[in-house]
Amino acid sequence: MGSPAAREMLEVKELRIHFPTEDGLVRAVDGLSFSVDRGQTLGIVGESGSGKSVTSLGILGLHQGTRAQVSGEIWLDGENVVRAPAGRVRQLRGSKVAMIFQDPLSSLHPYYTVGNQIIEAYRIHNHVSKKAARAHAIEMLDRVGIPQAATRVDDYPHQFSGGMRQRAMIAMALSCDPELLIADEPTTALDVTVQAQILDLISDLQDEFGSAVIIITHDLGVVAELADDVLVMYAGKAVEYGSADEVFQHPGHPYTWGLLASMPRLDRDRQERLDPIAGTPPSLIQLPAGCAFHPRCAYAALNGGRSEREVPALRETAPRHLTACHLPLWERRRIRAESVTPPADDPGLVPGEGAR
Amino acid sequence: MSTAPDQGGTAASGPPGALLTVTGLQKYFPVTHGIILRRQVGAVQAVDGLDFTVTQGETLGLVGESGCGKTTTGRLLTRLLEPTSGRIVFGGRDISHLRPGQMRPLRRNIQMIFQDPYSSLNPRHTVGSIVGAPFRLQRVEPEQGIKRSVQELLELVGLSPEHYNRYPYEFSGGQRQRIGIARTLALRPKLIVADEPVSALDVSIQAQVINLLEDLQDELGLTYVLIAHDLSVVRHTADRVAVMYLGKIVELASSAQLYSRPRHPYTVALLSAVPSPDPGSRGRRTRTRLSGDVPSPLSPPPACRFHTRCWKAQEICRTTEPPLAELAPGHRAACHFPENT
Repeated sequence: MGSPAAREMLEVKELRIHFPTEDGLVRAVDGLSFSVDRGQTLGIVGESGSGKSVTSLGILGLHQGTRAQVSGEIWLDGENVVRAPAGRVRQLRGSKVAMIFQDPLSSLHPYYTVGNQIIEAYRIHNHVSKKAARAHAIEMLDRVGIPQAATRVDDYPHQFSGGMRQRAMIAMALSCDPELLIADEPTTALDVTVQAQILDLISDLQDEFGSAVIIITHDLGVVAELADDVLVMYAGKAVEYGSADEVFQHPGHPYTWGLLASMPRLDRDRQERLDPIAGTPPSLIQLPAGCAFHPRCAYAALNGGRSEREVPALRETAPRHLTACHLPLWERRRIRAESVTPPADDPGLVPGEGAR
Repeated sequence: MSTAPDQGGTAASGPPGALLTVTGLQKYFPVTHGIILRRQVGAVQAVDGLDFTVTQGETLGLVGESGCGKTTTGRLLTRLLEPTSGRIVFGGRDISHLRPGQMRPLRRNIQMIFQDPYSSLNPRHTVGSIVGAPFRLQRVEPEQGIKRSVQELLELVGLSPEHYNRYPYEFSGGQRQRIGIARTLALRPKLIVADEPVSALDVSIQAQVINLLEDLQDELGLTYVLIAHDLSVVRHTADRVAVMYLGKIVELASSAQLYSRPRHPYTVALLSAVPSPDPGSRGRRTRTRLSGDVPSPLSPPPACRFHTRCWKAQEICRTTEPPLAELAPGHRAACHFPENT
């Protein structure tokens, strides 16, 4: 199946997802390209309205049959999801690509037991008896760390805690052994200690199953913890794309600088003031001309109005590191060198022995 | 380090400079069964014996996971809930059991900032009427009139006076939170209880609102009780931090002490669970992972409530409740085997 040349699990090329509305065309995703290899994790970061979730729904083919205008290519293991017929997309969904949603309570059906929901998903893609599917559901629940899985399989979602519901969602997503797992804000609704458990679980399961993972989040900490590659989105476009080490060590886009500077950090000395990004994210109906970030960019004036006229292309500035900015690289390096405070020696965390 | 004698906090009137003194604060929510013959079958011990003070001009952070009672505490301090027992002394006056009518004149001194900027503003009212509501409710006539005062408040929080006649839907989340803050500030309260003021906002907007809260504190000499689950936000804004677990304070210290030398194992675990935005630290950090979930506050574990998830738990932790003892000046922790000693 698929073209033999396809090495990546997923390759997205020039993806555009537009929604016609009464007020005008909403350009939710506007020319986005990226790829994920097997066994790799891509982190997609951005604020609300940057197009992260719309992209993930596009990969699942969930815009088919809606008013959304999708163009570009989404190659999922050699098959173009954008062009594939609806029936084929339905086959791919669940077996080849699965999704973990943000809010496990509203994503699980309150009327059916957790077990039944996993069994249903499994039996759609595998011709097995109910009994075998049930055994598989118990095994999956056990795998994701639900205690007494054999009895909890008959519980309803409301009988699970938030962390357990998210584990059940993960069990359901992994039940058909997908090669690509998309996690859309998987831990945003959870407490930090549970978040840490779930992030560990996702990376353990990835090692075990060797699947590709896309993790969508607004939390740069979560991305740094899990991702091999990072894609920073702003107003439907990628503004920075590269390996996690490169993006976090040498961020090249003023928006990424802004994101990093605006979050208070536990691993640095306490700063007196945070450095927020001025203004608010733009309306997707009336995007600013040129670089969509220029009205909020502190350095837009440095290149004589070019940011207001031209959309910057995503260019390689270092190996495996692309940024979309008009400012010359040397200038950005200079600004960055002047503004960065060196990290504190001791991260201030003195945890005891691990209690896993 | 030996246990220093208990001082402050429990005194009836509170230490000098204390704006708010809380002693033995408890809130149990009854759980009933049956429709006609309702009988109480248990109680959710949401808040179970809190002692702390808040000094004039400081920020006290309350952190903990969901269900630890931090929001209930905030609602008790603002007297939106009636405590089951314990005392809340605000500005020298016991407000623990005041009736709504008696409480009303005090409300101008104690105000609240809410989490969700979407549901905390009435969509059918203009910004002017939302921000001006406290004046009307408290029958306060500002010298230059309500409209002028509201416009000044809008400017104070970084909005424009022209926004007076607009409706909430015309604003973004961050701007709405500013509208909520303007309303909170209308009557120049002494104490502001901010319940997750930035958790519904985007990262870049969060920083704007945090800076605004800090500027307002400097400018107007406000006192904050900041309730948040985000440990890095609390570290950034709070002077002192109380860590809560299942309705109890397990550690209370200055922000600097708590984050550099956490004493309670729960605090240690909580801090090590925060992901760091630095991929280079992935291998270096030793992590303390808690297993399982927080037990139900309906029947919390006896003695030390954390013993079911604690890796240091011994027999004594299951039988004797550790007191919130002062381990270093200004640093209290409730643990039989504290860390970093």
